[in-house]
Amino acid sequence: MSLAPALRSGPVRWERTRLLLSTPTFMVGLAILLFWVGCATVGQTLVDPLADDMMNSLLPPSAEHWFGTDQLGRDMFARVIAGSRDILIVAPLATVLGIVCGTLLGLIMGFFPGLVDDLLSRLIEAVLALPLLILALVALTALGASNGTVIVAIGLAFTPQVARVVRSAVMSERHLDYVAAARLRGETAVYIMVVEILPNILPPITVELTVRLGYAIFTVATLSFLGVGLQPPSPDWGLAISENYALIGGGYWWTVLFDALAIGSLVVSINLIAEGLNGALE
Amino acid sequence: MSAPAVPDALRIENLDVMYRVRGQERSVLRNLNLRIGAGETYGLVGESGCGKSTAALAVMRYLPRNGRIGGGHVLIDGEDLYGLSQTGLRQLRQTRLSMVYQDPGRALNPAITVGAQLAEVFTVAGAYSADADKRAVAMLRHVRITDPERVMGRYPHQLSGGMLQRTVIAMALAVDRKLIILDEPTTGLDATVEAEVLDLIDTLRREHGTAILFIGHNLAVIARMCERVGVLYGGLLVEEAPTRELFAAPRHPYTVGLLRCLPRLGLDRKLRRLDTIPGFPPSGAVELQGCIFANRCGLVRDRCRTEPPALSALGGGRSSRCFFHEEAGDLPRVTPPDPVEHVPPGEEHPLLVVESLGKTFGSGSHSVHALRDISFTIARGETVGLVGESGSGKSTLARILLGLERADPGSRIAFEANRRGGTQARHAIQMVFQNPDSALNRSHRVGRILRRALVRLGGLRGEILRGRLLALSRGVQLADSYLQAKPRQLSGGLKQRVAIARAFAGAPQLVVCDEPTSALDVSVQAAILNLLGDLQAAERVSYLFISHDLSVIRYVADRIAVLYLGRLLEIGPAESVFQGPHHPYTEALLSATPAPDGTLRRVKLSGAPPSAMSPPKGCVFHTRCPRHIGPICDTEEPALSERGGGHGIRCHLGSDDLGRAQVDQSSAA
Ligand code: SF4
Ligand code: SF4
Repeated sequence: MSLAPALRSGPVRWERTRLLLSTPTFMVGLAILLFWVGCATVGQTLVDPLADDMMNSLLPPSAEHWFGTDQLGRDMFARVIAGSRDILIVAPLATVLGIVCGTLLGLIMGFFPGLVDDLLSRLIEAVLALPLLILALVALTALGASNGTVIVAIGLAFTPQVARVVRSAVMSERHLDYVAAARLRGETAVYIMVVEILPNILPPITVELTVRLGYAIFTVATLSFLGVGLQPPSPDWGLAISENYALIGGGYWWTVLFDALAIGSLVVSINLIAEGLNGALE
Repeated sequence: MSAPAVPDALRIENLDVMYRVRGQERSVLRNLNLRIGAGETYGLVGESGCGKSTAALAVMRYLPRNGRIGGGHVLIDGEDLYGLSQTGLRQLRQTRLSMVYQDPGRALNPAITVGAQLAEVFTVAGAYSADADKRAVAMLRHVRITDPERVMGRYPHQLSGGMLQRTVIAMALAVDRKLIILDEPTTGLDATVEAEVLDLIDTLRREHGTAILFIGHNLAVIARMCERVGVLYGGLLVEEAPTRELFAAPRHPYTVGLLRCLPRLGLDRKLRRLDTIPGFPPSGAVELQGCIFANRCGLVRDRCRTEPPALSALGGGRSSRCFFHEEAGDLPRVTPPDPVEHVPPGEEHPLLVVESLGKTFGSGSHSVHALRDISFTIARGETVGLVGESGSGKSTLARILLGLERADPGSRIAFEANRRGGTQARHAIQMVFQNPDSALNRSHRVGRILRRALVRLGGLRGEILRGRLLALSRGVQLADSYLQAKPRQLSGGLKQRVAIARAFAGAPQLVVCDEPTSALDVSVQAAILNLLGDLQAAERVSYLFISHDLSVIRYVADRIAVLYLGRLLEIGPAESVFQGPHHPYTEALLSATPAPDGTLRRVKLSGAPPSAMSPPKGCVFHTRCPRHIGPICDTEEPALSERGGGHGIRCHLGSDDLGRAQVDQSSAA
């Protein structure tokens, strides 16, 4: 007798991918993000954000300077395009750092209930009581601003939130029988956490990753604006806004508007992606 | 049957239902015709995926969004369900039609008290609110909920499963409905609670004259509850008949096969292997060429492959969708009836000795004795069946034996492998879990799961490992191609085979089987039970087999232990436990087990099992014992006393005063 029916439907991943690709919000978000990633990688080779021309400072948008020029006569369009680079290096790295640390912490907390979890949970609650921005500000003032310190500050500030999400995901996995089966084989705690449980909690971690990335972009821009993030002469958007916002009063709106729109579009694109992923992974 | 003036409670005419799955239409129900007269009980049986739940949803007009009616009509109490406006539909559901789900939680709002929800049913039906409360209390009392006034104020999560299900039934029966759909209403309930719920449904139905569409996979329950039965297969009604006739002489090969899969009371693995149905049920995607059952049917001829048989009336209210229905009873067996030579359990030193094992949770005044004074042995190659309802401590016992939980100091667990140096206990005791979905890591491929088990438990590497892997998966009849699959691509039965293979990777000496077939269809259950039997004969492994299904226990076990609130109430050879004298609790359990043939006299238990948190003093069973003899039961805990032949019973009554089986069940085989 034939004992082999066709395997039930193909791998999950393909279905999810297909579902994602047919979600409009996800696709729009992805398109915007890819545009900015493109600008960040090749933008600097196409336009020069640093070329100044004092004769042509503070020109309004025109056919020649689409987004106008700033105080030093630098082309705003070139600066907006090129300004995507630093933020798209710093924010993702900070997010990855936060996800990695948070996942490790969350795995430990979720897997060892009792004293370990209790202590760490209290600690996390205490940290979470402080606003993220203040935390980062304090850290950066203490450490001095540089790309590296921005990454570390934001990454560590994200860790508790990520840890909390991972912890609850681990807690609902821990009681499943495959974990008991692994224990019966005498597997170590590290093996069970990393090899058995981790692959099953990747979906919530992925969602967390995208959500955090959105926050990270916003935070990096804010920190630059406050002067403790990226430093001049970087064409970074937050920095540009901070350099130029005093000019709005003089009617030079174009020196701020396009950078602000750029930040907004990037954050929105990430949120659209996060929403799409959330729908596909739930 | 019904007078012409009274319309049928339900009439389904030529109903087609399809689901859209990934852009493809799949037929789930094909040309279904069915009628249930007023006040009649009708059972719809079939294995998972046959379309029975879809039928229920279609009759409630609750099809999911990707489902649609392809054609046909559903008439409820004479009204065309799909012709109704939204208001008409709401009215129908409020007054004439109702459904009880398998999971009672689905029907109740977790944020509203049970009383408010129940009273609302009456207000909606037109009662004043003060009156509604009164009637709600009366209804709860009616479904034998003790202290209904207090229960009214509770939230759903504060009630036990049995209480919830009774509440939901109370809601469904609150107003005189014409038709109630019961979708596996007792799955997941303990045997004694199940029996009580079924009794309740039966009484209420008689009082109200409600018609019932009872949907289930448990043939024994259907047999007990229904006047007529329809068998669904692949979305088609393949047989329909009055219950008695269907079970006595089924006229469709599928029905015959299903009934043969059942381990009936009296059947024993040492005498006879269960028969199974080969192959797999069809998926709705295929277009029908000939008979839908053709590729699994032992009677198939050429004609069956080219021409689809019609559902033809056979007289006496019977019909069958088979060209050769007269021969259905002669369906050849698929599996050889003779078991692989069974080696009797070893007489030598027992494999496992458990003495005065206890387990206390918590400490001080809050401590709870989850297990107390448990002693038993398991011999090499023996199967000990462990019976107990939820809260009996059976899972705790299993976890302790597996080393996942620690027993109280003073408990003695001696495992032979421990004493002979070398192998450690964990290699020698393995487990097959109840739910294969949770037991297999869903992100690992089958091959990886088994390979890891072979590495860890068998200590294998390289070429030998590869060879053993194939041998292992073939040993549980898994096709090699499945090694590449993820668990979710496999059916429940195949997943359970993977789990069994994993347990056997390191040549274990004791395998704890925790309800390994309760999540499976009967035909799959039969195959799994056969597999476990064959593996035992081949490897001389011992089993501790936990189940609430006594017919399964009877089939697999050499000895049976009965656990209640952490106490061993009875233990002995399977034969003696079933023959009697029985412990009064075992007696109640036995009588609560519905059998597809013949009715058993029922011993009714009053009340719900007491909470394991505060077990009664004296005999733990005294609060529900129908044979209760007096104050001694309330104050003094009886000892587990020997009743001959290694049969121990924990009861103050003498053997002559205890119940016995009335029919000689071993002759039924
Ligand atoms: S019609 Fe043929 S294949 Fe179908 S059930 Fe009858 S004998 Fe079997
Ligand atoms: S000791 Fe008394 S209460 Fe307990 S089972 Fe026996 S008769 Fe019933």
